[in-house]
Amino acid sequence: MAEMLGTRDVYGDTLAELGQAYPQIVVLDADLSSSTKTGVFGKAFPDRFFNMGVCEQSLVDTACGFALAGKLPFVSTFAIFTMRAWEQIRQCVAIQNLNVKIVASHGGVTVGEDGASAQAIEDVALMRVLPRMSVIVPADGIETRAVIRALVEHVGPTYVRVARAKFPVILPKDYVFRLGRGVVLHEGGDATVVAMGVMVSRALEAARLLKEEGLSVRVINMSTVKPIDEELLHRAALETGGVVTAEEHSVIGGLGGAVAELLAERCPVPMRRIGMQDRFGTSGDAESLLAHFGLTAEAIAEAVRDVVKRKAHPR
Amino acid sequence: MSDAQEVARLQEIARQVRIDILKMLHKAGSGHTGGSLSAVELLVSLYFHKLRHRPADPQWPDRDRLLFSKGHGAPALYAVLARCGYYPAEEMQRLRKLGGILQGHPDRMLTPGVEISAGSLGHGLAMANGMALAARLDGKPYRFYVMMSDGECQEGEVWEAAMASAHYRLDSICVLLDRNHIQNDDFMIKIRDIEPIRDKWAAFGWNVLSIDGHDFPQILKALDEAEACRGRPSIIVAETVKGKGASPFENSPKHHGVSPTDAELEQALKELGAQPEGGGRRA
Repeated sequence: MAEMLGTRDVYGDTLAELGQAYPQIVVLDADLSSSTKTGVFGKAFPDRFFNMGVCEQSLVDTACGFALAGKLPFVSTFAIFTMRAWEQIRQCVAIQNLNVKIVASHGGVTVGEDGASAQAIEDVALMRVLPRMSVIVPADGIETRAVIRALVEHVGPTYVRVARAKFPVILPKDYVFRLGRGVVLHEGGDATVVAMGVMVSRALEAARLLKEEGLSVRVINMSTVKPIDEELLHRAALETGGVVTAEEHSVIGGLGGAVAELLAERCPVPMRRIGMQDRFGTSGDAESLLAHFGLTAEAIAEAVRDVVKRKAHPR
Repeated sequence: MSDAQEVARLQEIARQVRIDILKMLHKAGSGHTGGSLSAVELLVSLYFHKLRHRPADPQWPDRDRLLFSKGHGAPALYAVLARCGYYPAEEMQRLRKLGGILQGHPDRMLTPGVEISAGSLGHGLAMANGMALAARLDGKPYRFYVMMSDGECQEGEVWEAAMASAHYRLDSICVLLDRNHIQNDDFMIKIRDIEPIRDKWAAFGWNVLSIDGHDFPQILKALDEAEACRGRPSIIVAETVKGKGASPFENSPKHHGVSPTDAELEQALKELGAQPEGGGRRA
């Protein structure tokens, strides 16, 4: 059993670690700091922590004011509520090209018991469509730490999605994150699985299952959904001839949408998208929900078998 | 300079600014005339009397900041910034044109002197809060003025931000509320009344000042009173006339989002004592 680590816990701890070395960091939350884990920073640096109350719109715009004044604001609330401030993110963060780091916790259906109203399955799509916005979904705690550390040196609007549930640790301690670069975690030539977030661990499991059947599958951790790693994807499609995407998000507009858009233009190959199939979530524990919505290693494996079949017999 | 001389100086600038606004909107063929004209005395008071700013150095770190939140009134801001010398007056000829630095709504990345991009209502005060909190962290004494429209007060975010300004006791913030009583569709009282607006801001913890927004002595006095207020943000509720100074536009709910016709321009310029378009224009 792999070690489990909460990406939101790593986020809070990493921010607090960086607070000393980066006095320009300020952190804003909207009454969820105990859940998003920005409270860890708030405890260490109370003068630079601003709890805006249940006010997501002004949460984002206040961060813009900090950025205009030369500060480095990290803004956190649940992913579902960042969408309430989408217009602020568009009009003030993106249009003004401000160095605001939005780190949204509780992305996807693994929010669990709170149900559909709390489960963001559209956030990646909504952020990805904004010019200038970078969108990152770390695969595990190791990557989350690397992403947050990279962001303090990066300039520009950024959206990062972390999760409520603990994810298996799949990356090595010395993992290097580079914005805009996907990483091949498992080599293979029969098909490629492109995944983000918790689904990367499922994709690796699917690759192991398929290996026993004699299929070799390339697994790409596409943690930067935007700007997406076009060359890596193009090469994977060219070399393996079939692509499956896997995300804890709607298949419309998210990672699957991004990959399909790119490959349709550059290298069309048989493709399947594993994710939320145009439906809302529901209450349940995280693992049960992943199974319920087909966000599993077995579902990925089945999709890979399908694209491999279609490579041989196009329909 | 005596007080009377200063007021006369500001009045003359306001007259010229109105002429610039009308001419640039006429040339552009679209834009928001009424809400530009109602804000003229407030903006002139700030840029030609109150603000510590350096038009030759728009990014001067210690400047006071005006956040123009009612972005549709941009022509008023553009005319004032041009007259201060932030950019050549000729730029006003290219208002709303492809490649121009004066966009239909303010864009801080294109126009020197513009502190925030705006156009969608309700964003300015929250951004001022962030800037004011940052200034407090850095021990900086400069001030923040937010130009807001009365229709804008219908936006929920305004009240989120108003709570925050008072919570953090941001006395470096002063909102100027251009209370012209008209919104896009009609008189506000017919669409969505915001009264009692002074009581609302007071209930949110603000120092509320009430003035005639076209009367320079009242504006200057209120700006000083707001600056002297400690421990609370201030709002100056300025009663104004939409379309002020150009009779075809005055208090007319049909003229929120339209530019002057040839005939309207001619009449307005005559009323303002200006030469017709093409002559007598200040360089």
